[in-house]
Amino acid sequence: MSTWLLSILIFSPMLGVLVLAFVPSHDEKSIKWLGILGTLFPLGTALITLSAFDMSSDKLQLAETYRWISYEVFQSKGEVSYPIFYEVGVNGLSMVLILLTAVVSVLAAVASFSIKKNWKSYFILFFLLEMGMLGVFAAQNLFLFFIFFEITLIPMFFLIGRWGYVEREKAAYSFLIYNGVGSAILLIAFVSMFMKTGTMNFEKLTETFSLPQEELNAVFITDGYMMGMLIALLIAFAVKLPVVPLHSWMVSVHVQAPPAIVMIHSGILLKIGAYGLITFGAGMFPEEFRSLAFVIGLFGVINLLYGAFLALTQTDVKRVLAYSSVSHMGIVLIGLAALNEAGITGAVFQVVSHGLISALLFFLVGALYERAGTSELNDLGGLAKRMPILAGVLLAGGLASLGLPGMSGFISEFMAFLGLFEKMPILAAVGTLGLILTAVYVLRAVLAITFGTEKEQHETYTDLTSAERVPAFVLLAAIMFIGIYPAWLSDMLRPALDVILLGLGG
Amino acid sequence: MDLDTLLSYKWGVMAPEFIILGVATLLSVLDLFMKKEASRKPLAWLAGAGIIAALVSVFLQLDQEVTSILYDTYRLDFFSKAFKILLLLGTLLVIVLASSYKKEEIDENRGEFYYLLLAALLGAMMMASSADMITLFVGLELLSLSSYIMAGLERRNKRSNEAAFKYVVSGGIATAITLFGMSYVFGLTGETNLFLIVQNMQDEELLKHGFLLVFAFFITFVGLTFKIAAAPLHMWAPDVYEGAPVPVTAFLSVVSKTAGFVILIRFIIITFISAPAAPNIDGEVMLLQVQPYVMALAAVTMVIGNVTALRQRNIKRMFAYSSIAQAGYLLVPFVSNSSLLFELIWFYLLAYLFMNIGAFTIIQLLTTQAGSNDISVFRGLFKRSPWLALPMTLFLLSLAGIPVTAGFVGKFGIFMGALGLEPAHYWLAAVMMLTTLISYVYYFNVIAVMFFRDDEGRKISVPGGMATVLAFCAASTLILGVMPGLALDFFYGNFDINEFFMRIEEVGTHTH
Repeated sequence: MSTWLLSILIFSPMLGVLVLAFVPSHDEKSIKWLGILGTLFPLGTALITLSAFDMSSDKLQLAETYRWISYEVFQSKGEVSYPIFYEVGVNGLSMVLILLTAVVSVLAAVASFSIKKNWKSYFILFFLLEMGMLGVFAAQNLFLFFIFFEITLIPMFFLIGRWGYVEREKAAYSFLIYNGVGSAILLIAFVSMFMKTGTMNFEKLTETFSLPQEELNAVFITDGYMMGMLIALLIAFAVKLPVVPLHSWMVSVHVQAPPAIVMIHSGILLKIGAYGLITFGAGMFPEEFRSLAFVIGLFGVINLLYGAFLALTQTDVKRVLAYSSVSHMGIVLIGLAALNEAGITGAVFQVVSHGLISALLFFLVGALYERAGTSELNDLGGLAKRMPILAGVLLAGGLASLGLPGMSGFISEFMAFLGLFEKMPILAAVGTLGLILTAVYVLRAVLAITFGTEKEQHETYTDLTSAERVPAFVLLAAIMFIGIYPAWLSDMLRPALDVILLGLGG
Repeated sequence: MDLDTLLSYKWGVMAPEFIILGVATLLSVLDLFMKKEASRKPLAWLAGAGIIAALVSVFLQLDQEVTSILYDTYRLDFFSKAFKILLLLGTLLVIVLASSYKKEEIDENRGEFYYLLLAALLGAMMMASSADMITLFVGLELLSLSSYIMAGLERRNKRSNEAAFKYVVSGGIATAITLFGMSYVFGLTGETNLFLIVQNMQDEELLKHGFLLVFAFFITFVGLTFKIAAAPLHMWAPDVYEGAPVPVTAFLSVVSKTAGFVILIRFIIITFISAPAAPNIDGEVMLLQVQPYVMALAAVTMVIGNVTALRQRNIKRMFAYSSIAQAGYLLVPFVSNSSLLFELIWFYLLAYLFMNIGAFTIIQLLTTQAGSNDISVFRGLFKRSPWLALPMTLFLLSLAGIPVTAGFVGKFGIFMGALGLEPAHYWLAAVMMLTTLISYVYYFNVIAVMFFRDDEGRKISVPGGMATVLAFCAASTLILGVMPGLALDFFYGNFDINEFFMRIEEVGTHTH
């Protein structure tokens, strides 16, 4: 049983698809409840996986390997087999992200109660998306990673294009094309690595690339080639993260997609970019990564400042949050660029923390939009009176976002900057400016919504319903738990991060 | 050659061809004696049964060793068997489409339709089994001539007539070019048999005329690009695809293209693999010397196909350009001289067969019922007939090369071919990737029309035969996407690259 555990986890959302297939498409209530149940099953499986996971080990766990496809390549030295395996497994980092995926998916399914039409196809796509995300984090070879990576694209295209707001189709296309460029670069890099080394397995690739240079030259892997591969990977994941100037698609997705999908997108899908940077970038090409550290740090600071400045000037709260995500992803880059324990831990903490915070904020904004029909700051105001709970949670989420101590955002920002100050103090000093800006734009937006003069039409608004309170409180609790007791998370991550740090020579 | 010699040949190896020839003859006679008003449905069944019988006999031949009869004009190796399976399977599906194609203009010619399809198939199969320029050419002509007539089968339809006419004229030119190139090869080596040509290629005297060989290579290559609809001879495709009846379009885009690749591989690879380098040009062997230029042709094909497809509102024209683009992808392993080219091209053509015929099945259903070829026939299809919209989405995703479909595995393989050798052809792979991205726009546009637009029009009724084709194609696209090993292992289990290049000395016959 335990040998199959991870595969069961990855494909567990398909059970929901199966069940939904037999429900009539007009039965709104059953579909929505089945939608939630369908995400609870992966969450349960994820928790079982967690209990089977040995936190102290730095080995790959729950690994499964099956032979899948095999190409026979005719070469001068005879026929050489190029096998592709089905390989899954988890380490601390992927375990954390799988948990995050399972949790945010359940909450997003609850938030999907506001979906107005075609619930059946919505939830089927939703489950496919969840399967893709779980697979991305569990995959242990490039082929499988790429397949799951692409599987997330297609449901997202439909979910944005069919259930989004006014300019949904434009947003869907821009999502598809930008991410298409990213995965195009990714595919070329992956195939090239496969053909050079004959393997796609992460561990074997890392081993191969860390061989002495003379041995590598014999198989045509030069310094320049490794640098080229790293840059290709960096660009591919920079689209996903996103890194300025490749961010415009992400802003339009955040504005146009339905709130539940934005929760998933901002909470998890963007994190695939960070996961890729850590696993492939820093993990496989540590030396090259080291030599590019300054550039990565520079892009991180640019992201942080650019996102913060633009967030400051937006009048639509969705746009404020979208640019805030750009800004916060800069912190991931900053932490990675530091190449030391504090920095990398900070980067991963930021991944998890921002996943929770942005899911919470986008959920609240979705709930707000549901009532007010607008997310313009000018049309909102004084909501604390009519909806104290929504306003309170929004304020708490905002404070977490700006990095208030005691919340998860503080830990990650603090550690990322701690790391960078050690290595590149000047860059880090410039970056701290971003933290101040963050406080300004978050408070500007949150205060404009909750306090200020109340608009007349607000009188009919109701506070969060009990169904809506569940995701809001769960997310807030998770944010505070990590903020108060970060050791839980860092213990789980430590072995995996130690391996990467060892490679980086840190 | 006396009777004994003639009888000493193992005619059994030609069983699939004989079956097709027999059925085609039988159909033409039956059609003649049938009443004018009588339904031609039984003929379709007969044609289908004939193809299935031929398919079975190909599978029964799998264990047979490489055999060559009639001085290598007929050659049975795994290469020919593997591609014959594609040709037969493709035609079988097209026959089903043809029998469900409801148009009055075609009814009076429906009998012709079936046996012309079989005649074209016979030509294609001959090409797959020939190692002699003469029979290769005869097979090519048999395929072409039958296709010309089929394109104009809707006799009172102006577009169909235009299609047939354009196809004949441009096809004739392409044939002339091919033949002109082949005449150079013959002139330089004095042989028509491909293996004997290879032997004579090593001639000292020939080395001095290396440039003529380069010339011959380009002329034949360009001539043969016509059949696969690749640049520079691709311009016929949009007009012919648009005007021809849908089953014929499906046939041209799948079976005829497969046959084009068969002759391209057989002729170019065997003949020129050991061709000496032309003097005064860099490079060790000729194929490496000409490589940059043929790679450029493949790249141009991909760009033209994909970029022009963006502007099409007519679904058949869009698929014509898409098919040009796909030919470009298929050329990538060929022009990068990858040793994987046999399995990669074969697998991609197999995937292409399912996804393209599947897509054309739906196109046929929608365009004939709506009486229009505009992309708007797809409006709101998901609401109207979800069981058509879902497979169509699958086929489009597969054509775009999205994972979990056969098209992705095919494309993945092609990238392996392009990046596998030293030096890796990064720019060719990059062009392919970039144009694939462009193709997302028009493939997803159809998907968007099906899913995001309001529903208009009525439900689509699906005849049983077409539903079967659809289910079969969709299942195959999906299964090959998840378990490509099924097809690849079958190929590797039987294929031996040496066999392809090996001349079989005929036993029991004398030399000429």
